[in-house]
Amino acid sequence: MSTTATTAPRTAPLAPRRRRRLKPGWLVLNTNVVLTFLFLYAPILILVIFSFNASRQQAVWVGFTIEWYEQMMRDERVIAAAKNSLIIALVSTAVSTVIGTLTALALDRFRFRAKTAFEGAMYLPIIVPEIVMAISLLVFFNTTFTLLDRWLGLTLKFGLGTITIAHIAFSFPFVAVVVRARLADFDRTLEQAAQDLGANEWQTFRYVTLPLLMPGILAGALLAFTLSIDDFVITFFNAGIGATTLPLEIYGRIRRGITPEVNALSAVLLLASIALVLGSVLLQRRR
Amino acid sequence: MALAERVETPSPPPANLATRLVDWVRRRSGVKLSLVLGPGAFWLLVFFLIPLGVVLAYSFASRGAYGQVIWRLTLENYTRFFDWLYIRVFLVSVWIALLTTVICLVIGYPFAFVMARVPRRWRNALLVLVMVPFWTNFLVRTYAIMLLLRNEGLINSALRWLGIIEQPVTMLFTTFAVVLGLVYGYLPFMILPLYASIEKFDFTLVEAAQDLGANTWQVFTRVMLPLTMPGVVAGSILVFIPSVGAFVTPDLLGGGKVVMIGNLIQQQFLTVRHWPFGSAVSFVLMAIVLISTMAYFRVGGERRV
Repeated sequence: MSTTATTAPRTAPLAPRRRRRLKPGWLVLNTNVVLTFLFLYAPILILVIFSFNASRQQAVWVGFTIEWYEQMMRDERVIAAAKNSLIIALVSTAVSTVIGTLTALALDRFRFRAKTAFEGAMYLPIIVPEIVMAISLLVFFNTTFTLLDRWLGLTLKFGLGTITIAHIAFSFPFVAVVVRARLADFDRTLEQAAQDLGANEWQTFRYVTLPLLMPGILAGALLAFTLSIDDFVITFFNAGIGATTLPLEIYGRIRRGITPEVNALSAVLLLASIALVLGSVLLQRRR
Repeated sequence: MALAERVETPSPPPANLATRLVDWVRRRSGVKLSLVLGPGAFWLLVFFLIPLGVVLAYSFASRGAYGQVIWRLTLENYTRFFDWLYIRVFLVSVWIALLTTVICLVIGYPFAFVMARVPRRWRNALLVLVMVPFWTNFLVRTYAIMLLLRNEGLINSALRWLGIIEQPVTMLFTTFAVVLGLVYGYLPFMILPLYASIEKFDFTLVEAAQDLGANTWQVFTRVMLPLTMPGVVAGSILVFIPSVGAFVTPDLLGGGKVVMIGNLIQQQFLTVRHWPFGSAVSFVLMAIVLISTMAYFRVGGERRV
């Protein structure tokens, strides 16, 4: 401990010499950073660039075209899938934002029995492998539907409904985490001030707490929307026949063979999620 | 603004139905709690915990001749897993996940080190740059790797154009492709906790160690690495867990030639229709994940206050 104190005054004259000695090391380190960014971004950039390639043989650049995008826009399967994706994402976002925000409030403001257990259970959907969550919902829906059919004669099927329920199940814990982070550095004196001025509990919540939480809630909502739009594994197992989303459509096409239309579709989905995430990051930064 | 309007009315406005309801709720904290906690608890219970319970129950059931589930309790789904065929799948998955974790660590540690040492105003920009690819569509990113690796892909075309090779090198549908895809997918999971831990590291300790005669290697192994261990452990677990349970990556980049636990589960549920065995395999996977998570908390993980 005392070593730090005694060396402190000597650091200034020593610093330049040390930096010079570390130079080759820094070269290696910085090269690593540049190469890593190249590794992270090159594949997606190449995908986007080649979605404008006029050739069907994609490895060779022939010329610029937006033909694949035009074809994609005219493709009825793509339009139907996009429509499904949007409906699912909107409903799932709305529901998981409400549930997630309420859960965050419950965890931040209330004490209750088995709170630790509840928190642990809430983080499970984030930790549990996607494939396990996917098949557990598949088994659950299938079993429930069979029982409902046998007992009540009620026929339910896999489709948009099951996908949406599944999306809410994995999205709302993420919303709860984001909103809770916002609640953690929340200035409770503002609420006390409002109540001192005569606001009742509902008014305090509606006019003080909620507006202050809004950036966190919006960030959570954007996150939920991105998770829903992007999800493949859980949707794949719970879609049934007929209900297709954009990722399912892309997967089906990749399986049938790589075509430039898939690149165009992928590029659109890629840019959409980047825009959504940047929006979420900006909202979370805002104080 | 809204608050200012309220200031003029210190007492609540005349009781209408809504305020009376709110008042009633307020007096009973139990009711209020269940309103706030209820929806989340319900969704978690009905659409997460109960489904897992059903899978657990299925893993002890038997399969009928037509793929239906028969409720005759048995352990044979678990003992069946000890067949060499499935042990191999298990070992391949763990091996691929470990390889992915080590590669991510080797790339991620120096990366996070640089991030923690650059001027503060650059750090956030670097963080966002690391995060963005991670939040883009996983399927699309896997597809992007596919485009690069296939025989007619950019890498093979470039190598042929340069005259380095004549026949395309098979890269797609190999273990290499799967590991590459997983590193590509989960590298940010390694970098972020490492960065959090290295940023907290007190760099005057490096000077202290150097003054006491330690060389660079000793400073790293004896001072820096032990003190940033929580980040190393957290990052490794965060990469290992999704890698060992991966499905999309081995499906697209392994193309049936590299079979991991995730693919085995998918086969059992969608192709073979042996749900009890598929359920047992899922719980073996869950066990691996839970053991890794417990190891993470045991070693300390990140101590958030």
